[in-house]
Amino acid sequence: VDPLDSLFRHESGRMISVLTRLFGFHNLALAEDVVQDAFCQALDVWKFRGLPENPSAWLMACAKRKAIDVLRRERTAREFGPELGRLADSEWTLVPAVEERFAPHAIQDDLLRMMFSCCDPRLKEEAQVALILHILCGFSVGEVAGALVARHAAIEKRLGRAKKVLAGSRGLFEVANARDVAVRRPIVQRALYLLFNEGYHGASTESVVRAELCREAIRLTSLLQEHPAGDTPSTRALRALMCLHAARLPARLDAGGELLPLSEQDRSRWDRALLAEGQRWLERSATGSELTDYHVEAAIAWAHGSAPSAADTDWARIVALYDQLMRLRPSPVVALNRAIAIAQLEGPERGLAEINAIAGAEKLATYPFHPAALGELELRCGRARAAREHFLKARALARSPSERRFFEQRIEACRRPD
Amino acid sequence: MSQYLFLYRGAQRPMSPAESQQNMQKWMSWFQDLGQQGYIKDPGQPLEPTGKIVSGKKKTVTDGPFAEAKDLVGGYTIVEARDIAEAAEVSKGCPIFERDGFVEIRPVMKM
Repeated sequence: VDPLDSLFRHESGRMISVLTRLFGFHNLALAEDVVQDAFCQALDVWKFRGLPENPSAWLMACAKRKAIDVLRRERTAREFGPELGRLADSEWTLVPAVEERFAPHAIQDDLLRMMFSCCDPRLKEEAQVALILHILCGFSVGEVAGALVARHAAIEKRLGRAKKVLAGSRGLFEVANARDVAVRRPIVQRALYLLFNEGYHGASTESVVRAELCREAIRLTSLLQEHPAGDTPSTRALRALMCLHAARLPARLDAGGELLPLSEQDRSRWDRALLAEGQRWLERSATGSELTDYHVEAAIAWAHGSAPSAADTDWARIVALYDQLMRLRPSPVVALNRAIAIAQLEGPERGLAEINAIAGAEKLATYPFHPAALGELELRCGRARAAREHFLKARALARSPSERRFFEQRIEACRRPD
Repeated sequence: MSQYLFLYRGAQRPMSPAESQQNMQKWMSWFQDLGQQGYIKDPGQPLEPTGKIVSGKKKTVTDGPFAEAKDLVGGYTIVEARDIAEAAEVSKGCPIFERDGFVEIRPVMKM
């Protein structure tokens, strides 16, 4: 990863949060302009003078200077943020007030408040995720569209509408109010979870894009967890779950960039440091009485992550965890994964029976891994012809060229004599 | 060795941070190349696109450079080269040409 790429990804969210606090949500576009401007200026200077020792501090100082300019120039023409109020009126109060908001701990607070603001319950989850990418991760409209595999115009509309909703709230979300925080926090967790899943299971064909989404979701979840308003057992479990899944990312593709099933992954390529971090957060999530779906999912991920091989996996434990997950957050996809685990534990015939008994299976009608799982189990039962039919169906549903090639390989496998 | 002032003129400003970033990386590697070959006396500075003009006997102050955007000076560098032909050759690697800009080369008068 280019250090400058991540510089902009990380700093633009911080800058925009502080500037929005100063200017108010109704001036979000102005804050975005200042951020772009500061970044372009930084790069203009750096190209002549070289990178400064601390680029992020340089960038922040530049944004601060520009913010003061804007406040001075427009204080009579515009109404700014509710907290700044009359402080902008006089030179004596303007500069100290801005300085104070650019203090490192204040910036960190504002970033978190912005995260909560983006997860406004008046917005649909998909709009929350798009906003997070755009505002907190510095993704352009085009990059958001690419990451979420949506049309540019659709994302532009989605973001435009979402910003209009936020503009009505004027100030950033207040994280000092414990009751408001407790209501909003699960929505934030959910949006970050979806962001991570978009990277991990998403439809984007570019593994670089997907890895970046996972990385950003982990970064934001860490920020949430490291802030007193966000540090709950469920946030720790969410952090654990992301680390444990992300640890397996490097092994998901073979040397030629093709998808590999879990059973064929080279486990030596798993990221040991991330696995250990995930395990640590999983242990630290086990406080209090709250058991969330994130806890259970993290425990499943750890059962896989700590197993030396697919055969040496504690499938009984995984099945029990899926039973638990079905109680906490039932869905056909969870039921499918549970059925696959049962097949590992009790044989393919039992697995097939479980898949065929999934309630609401029609929701899986476009999910290629539903027929693929049937194919896999039929193949294991020695019924290559039936298996092939299922894999053909999976191939027709493939969402990306790499999924397509993966199913083609499985179709090939059905030719081999059993 | 003689010194030459490079004036960078008229380049379009990048439209997005991503574009800015690519642009900057090209400039940095160009400067690095020149530096390694001993051409750079002073890398110079970029200039803001706005400013004031003070003119006339009355010293009237007016806004901003007279030049049109296509000629605007965006920065300068002082290059050391054998002669102006070499300086001109050196300028050809400048990324400004990708953005419709040009380099004006002015020999610094010798004492």
